[in-house]
Amino acid sequence: MESIDLASTTTRDLNARLQSEADGSNAAFEVLHPGGRHALACGLTAPIAVTLRGHVGYYCAGMNQNATVTVHGNAGVGVAENMMSGLVRVMGDASQSAGASGHGGLLVIEGSASARCGISMKGIDIVVKGSVGHNSAFMAQAGHLVICGDAEDGLGDSIYEAVIYVSGETGKLGADCEEQPMTADDRQTLTELLARSGIEADPATFRRYGSARSLYNFKIDNLGSY
Amino acid sequence: MCGIVGLYLKNPSLRPELGALFAPMLTEMSDRGPDSAGIAVYRDAEAAEPKVVVFHPDEAFDWDTVASGLAARVGDAVSIEPVANHAIVSGGASALALRDAIFEAYPDVRVMSVGTALEIYKDVGLPKDVLARFQVGGMGGSHAVGHTRMATESAVSTEGAHPFNTGDDLCLVHNGSLSNHNGLREWLSTHKGIRFQTENDSEVAAAYLTWRLSEGASLSEALEAALVDLDGFYTFAVGTKDGFAVLRDPVACKPAVMAETDDWVAMASEFRALAGLPGIEGATVWEPKPATVYTWGRA
Repeated sequence: MESIDLASTTTRDLNARLQSEADGSNAAFEVLHPGGRHALACGLTAPIAVTLRGHVGYYCAGMNQNATVTVHGNAGVGVAENMMSGLVRVMGDASQSAGASGHGGLLVIEGSASARCGISMKGIDIVVKGSVGHNSAFMAQAGHLVICGDAEDGLGDSIYEAVIYVSGETGKLGADCEEQPMTADDRQTLTELLARSGIEADPATFRRYGSARSLYNFKIDNLGSY
Repeated sequence: MCGIVGLYLKNPSLRPELGALFAPMLTEMSDRGPDSAGIAVYRDAEAAEPKVVVFHPDEAFDWDTVASGLAARVGDAVSIEPVANHAIVSGGASALALRDAIFEAYPDVRVMSVGTALEIYKDVGLPKDVLARFQVGGMGGSHAVGHTRMATESAVSTEGAHPFNTGDDLCLVHNGSLSNHNGLREWLSTHKGIRFQTENDSEVAAAYLTWRLSEGASLSEALEAALVDLDGFYTFAVGTKDGFAVLRDPVACKPAVMAETDDWVAMASEFRALAGLPGIEGATVWEPKPATVYTWGRA
């Protein structure tokens, strides 16, 4: 495993090194002393594995494709924002807007996430072992947000076709977000997401939340767009 | 955007190093606010002598004449120690009386801080230059808060820089903007006799807390009341003579992160400002929750 120490390397050099791996590379990297710096391990495209040992700043693993990025610490604002594919795992807590606008891939937060987790998500799956802050899944368009703990007020405000599963308590739901029946398909999707995340939770304890479809012009013909 | 930082030392043996620990925290927040910077240092909670830190843009300003003039007005010996374009004025029976004498006799001298433990230094320029100008790295004390400013609400000037102090030993730094500050300033000024020195929204927040404390509220109670009466975006770090507090508004769109060990508790807009503190590897690190008052010391 190649080790890169940010005590003696710039963020730009780190990202250039990680981005230089060939498309099929499955090389492994360890990043030391991240020191809360912003935009670490961003724009990766190869299926490499990057382990960051410490707390990271804003937008860590942003725009990720194919890579597996693990943060052994807390993550600042916008971890895995606009992720396309791959796996990002935060061993600690995540700040606001985790997984914002993500199109695909899986974001796992072993601790809790603060406000606006999964804001405007467009297909990403997010699994939070702890709780999430207010206005999570705000305007969420597609994908799944799994919350093993509690959700603060405003969950799913102005939500489109993303689906939320919550095991704990919810505060006041956001506009046009409603509790919906948990189907066999939901249970299977949830069971698979928990298994892929490596997070132990009983799928039977979860409730489903989604859009009441009264705030936007929902047309069943357009369902395939989400 | 602005950057704010705070450091409260729980272990008294670290007090001689306060400035050395604090200065790099503020410098790290330069990207968030390169217009101006300020620091509030609590030197000695046991100190009893009234102390007013003042500012005059002319570094050659004749402070000796001011000292003798003030001595005549307050009827007591007054000493002045210049620090760059600021000066520490001490003496008299009370810091507020000393401040009022300055307001009355020297209207072109700006009052930065009033109290017995608190000293505020602030100026335009990059944070590292402001810190060097006032030799903050060598200062000792029990706690400090600081601010790097990217101005939104009012002009880039020494007076408009944070921290703000409006009464005995209370100071506040603010990241955000308040929307009801004009009405509140008017009310505090008309009905509570609080004197404002700037048009800055954050000075109103400091004045509001000063008023609440003067009515007998604890710092925690004053901040709970602020959640109701202040409208806008804010992350505040607040110092009193022997207390330290952090508060974020209910929407919490302005960032804050905290860290605590047995020796200290620290807050900053971003974690990188805390990354150099001794023992950070083992510290408890968390993001303060919205609309939740966090306090240390007597608060």
